Amino acid sequence: MLEVLGTTVLTLNVNGEDRKVVAKPSDTLLYTLREELGLTGAKPGCENGDCGACTVLIDDWPIKSCLMLTVEAIGKKILTVEGLKNAPIQKAFVENWGFQCGYCTSGFLMVCHALAQIHPDADDHVIEEWLQSNLCRCTGYEEIENAVKAILKKEV
Amino acid sequence: MDYISRIGVSTPRKESWDKVTGAAKYNGDIVTPNALHAKILTSTHAHALIKLIDISEALKSDGVQAIITGDSFPALSGPMIEDRPPIAKDKVRYFGEPVAVVVANSEEEAMRAIKLIKVVYDPLPVVNSISDSIKSGATLIHENLGEYHCPVEDVCPQPGSNIADHMKIRKGDMNKGWTESDIVIESSFSLPQSDHLAMETRNSKAEILPNGNVIIHTSSQAPFSVKEELSKIYNISEGNIIVRVPLVGGGFGGKVAVDLEFIAYLASKTVGGRLVKVANSREEDIASSPSKIGVEAKLKIGATKDGIIKALECTYYVGCGAYADTGPRMAKAIAVNCTGPYNIENVQCDAITIYTNHTFVTSYRGFGHTAFTFCIERILDQLAASLGIDPIELRMKNAIAPGNLSPTQDKLTLSNTGNLVKCILRLKEIMNWQEGSRIITDNGMIRAKGMSCFWKTSTSPTNASSGVILTLNTDGSINLNFGGVEIGPGMKTTIAQILAEKMKMDIDKIHVVMDVDTQTTPKHWKTVASMTTFMVGNAVIQAAEDLIQQLKNLGSIVLKCPPDDLDIKDQKVYLRDNPEIYAPFKDLVHGYQYPGGSSIGGQMIGRGSYIMKHLTSLDKETGKGKVGVSWTVGAQAVEIEYDPRKYTYRLLNAATVIDVGKVINPKTASGIIMGGMSMGIGLATHEEFLYNDSGILENTSLRTYKLIHFGEQPKYIVDFIETPQIDAPFGARGMGEHGILGIPAAFANAISLATGFNFNKLPISPELIWKTMTGGRYDTF
Repeated sequence: MLEVLGTTVLTLNVNGEDRKVVAKPSDTLLYTLREELGLTGAKPGCENGDCGACTVLIDDWPIKSCLMLTVEAIGKKILTVEGLKNAPIQKAFVENWGFQCGYCTSGFLMVCHALAQIHPDADDHVIEEWLQSNLCRCTGYEEIENAVKAILKKEV
Repeated sequence: MDYISRIGVSTPRKESWDKVTGAAKYNGDIVTPNALHAKILTSTHAHALIKLIDISEALKSDGVQAIITGDSFPALSGPMIEDRPPIAKDKVRYFGEPVAVVVANSEEEAMRAIKLIKVVYDPLPVVNSISDSIKSGATLIHENLGEYHCPVEDVCPQPGSNIADHMKIRKGDMNKGWTESDIVIESSFSLPQSDHLAMETRNSKAEILPNGNVIIHTSSQAPFSVKEELSKIYNISEGNIIVRVPLVGGGFGGKVAVDLEFIAYLASKTVGGRLVKVANSREEDIASSPSKIGVEAKLKIGATKDGIIKALECTYYVGCGAYADTGPRMAKAIAVNCTGPYNIENVQCDAITIYTNHTFVTSYRGFGHTAFTFCIERILDQLAASLGIDPIELRMKNAIAPGNLSPTQDKLTLSNTGNLVKCILRLKEIMNWQEGSRIITDNGMIRAKGMSCFWKTSTSPTNASSGVILTLNTDGSINLNFGGVEIGPGMKTTIAQILAEKMKMDIDKIHVVMDVDTQTTPKHWKTVASMTTFMVGNAVIQAAEDLIQQLKNLGSIVLKCPPDDLDIKDQKVYLRDNPEIYAPFKDLVHGYQYPGGSSIGGQMIGRGSYIMKHLTSLDKETGKGKVGVSWTVGAQAVEIEYDPRKYTYRLLNAATVIDVGKVINPKTASGIIMGGMSMGIGLATHEEFLYNDSGILENTSLRTYKLIHFGEQPKYIVDFIETPQIDAPFGARGMGEHGILGIPAAFANAISLATGFNFNKLPISPELIWKTMTGGRYDTF
């Protein structure tokens, strides 16, 4: 078992790279990603797990990084929006006008990307279940639905 | 790539790839290890005297640099009525009001110290609703209402009351109107306060440099207002205030008010000008920062038996919460457009802005229009039902037409409004209205359709203005710089499209300055009122013409011909009668160099500006005058499936047909309309502030304040009518807010039709339907 007391230097695997960070046991992963590593794609929107703007992938599964402590991510594979390199969902969001202000976009991209990897045959019910985790205030969600369906149908 | 027309072509926004890679930077994304952190202690009471604030323990807490209270830098702020201390002084007027600010080395230390501040309150009676507030003998929220300074001449608070302003419309002859009416209907309506809920919470940073310059980094829709307000209330010369705004994570009006900028400035001032950061938590953003107005209204409408409306009398109480901010302006917007897009000759409207002990308000998408649209469109459906006329037919009969007068007696033309009848007819077709608007399905469900028309104008200051500066690169590409903030609707790209069209060049060769810096960006009034494309669009056309003239002038020397013989395209100035003779932009825009080195010209800078024209202040007694350059009209519908056994509903379809004059970017335009409709569905079905008996706001998190989630949305249908507005860029009218306007009304009309009960209150939850239909008895299942 890992014990972390006080401010400690930790190694996190972020976007395929081992990165050293300084963290307290109480630091959230969102805080460390943004303030220690400058990976500001994950956004604070509620810091309560309600909005999903801070979503990242932990070992390929979407996790709200405001609800995970940095120390819990040790030894796990962290993927942030900055680590998506020309993933189909990015192009699909651009082509389907899947965002306006863009603040919720990183979170939605990560959920959609994971969905396509884990459930390549997702039906409407599964899509809805997955995407209900995140909030968007600008679009009507239809644009986001079109984007995720485009990657599931491999149209992008 | 060569020039292809970009007008009417879906063009991905300029910052698209930044937004899908995490590269896009919002105000809170700039990591500043040198920044101190401010945290705000907020009021736990809705109305109370502050007897004592004891900061002694908090000051001793680790990492604390300073603590400020309302006594530290007393001042009053407000765009219409200077009634709000940025930090409460002597008393608090709403739950969530800032009471003290801790500046500490880290956010964590600031939060810890906040808890050590002791505040002793002496509670006062709470004015917990609009009806409480207007009762005779009501507790006064602002005892010194008569002493406040009002920076605008037409807002007049009434001392000895809770009335912040009273706006009147008197048009025609009410007695004549009632005499000519065969039927008169009266109804009351209620719309609650709710939140903008931009996904990015408000956040600001401030520092004061040794030369006295105050630098504010903020998430704002109105950077130039931040500069003006700070200058005004803290007596700093405007030139010394520099406001920088990057991409903004949604605004919807909520980031128009100057709010955390004051706190950040005071915090920085108190620690010798060091950089201080202040950011709202979601809970603070909902409870402490300004929200949307609440409205109570009474309407009385008279019509002939053929359905011609003869008279409308309405009273709107606009609840602005504890401080007025833009509340009186929204009341004005309600009054001046209170008829909706219908020709009513006899109109009386009183729109009264009322203080309560609720969260204060500011502008919200639709600027009051959603509220009156709900009332007028609900009462029209009630009128239609009473007369036995089809609701669509009733609206067609009374639709505004060229030559009619608005409630402020401004003359309507096809250019300044568009074609409402065309919108209604298209909507009818899209929604398959001829199949019937109330259908009982085989499984016992009721499918019902409701509709609403809307209109909106801008009610801006009469001198609202915009500017554009074009500079050029040595490759002949253009830098486009203007003060509209990219809050989401894609206006930076829309303006680039207009410029590309005027310059007949590839849009990829137009580089948009995405951030706004009030020191280097030409002023744009505010990114509000659906006016950015109209105002900046006109300014950019002028800037392009200015640049084209400079290119032709220098081109005429280089190409040895009169300037009028020249034209431009694809970054070349060419001879019209022989395009093979040309000079590329890159050889001209930084001066032309002859073989041998001598040069003429110099760098070219394109300049353009726009100011609202012919707007007037309004007559105090009748409201006569001109409030906006144009209206945008449209028609909307919502189709629901209602389950009469469970009192629940599902949203099937929602449609908007809007006369935008000209669609510049179709996908962006329909996205903005859909987004507006989505917010409208939120207002219709979920969103409201819930105050307890003590005036404490109870739903301050996204777990208790419910937004529409993915999967709950209907199928959206958006269509455009294009009746050009003559003085608009390529004919394009404002449309940024409009998707929201008629959706709550259309939804309420559908629910009312489905259930047979009148729903005149928002939001309409299944629980409200059950209570309305059964009286709330538990044995009704």
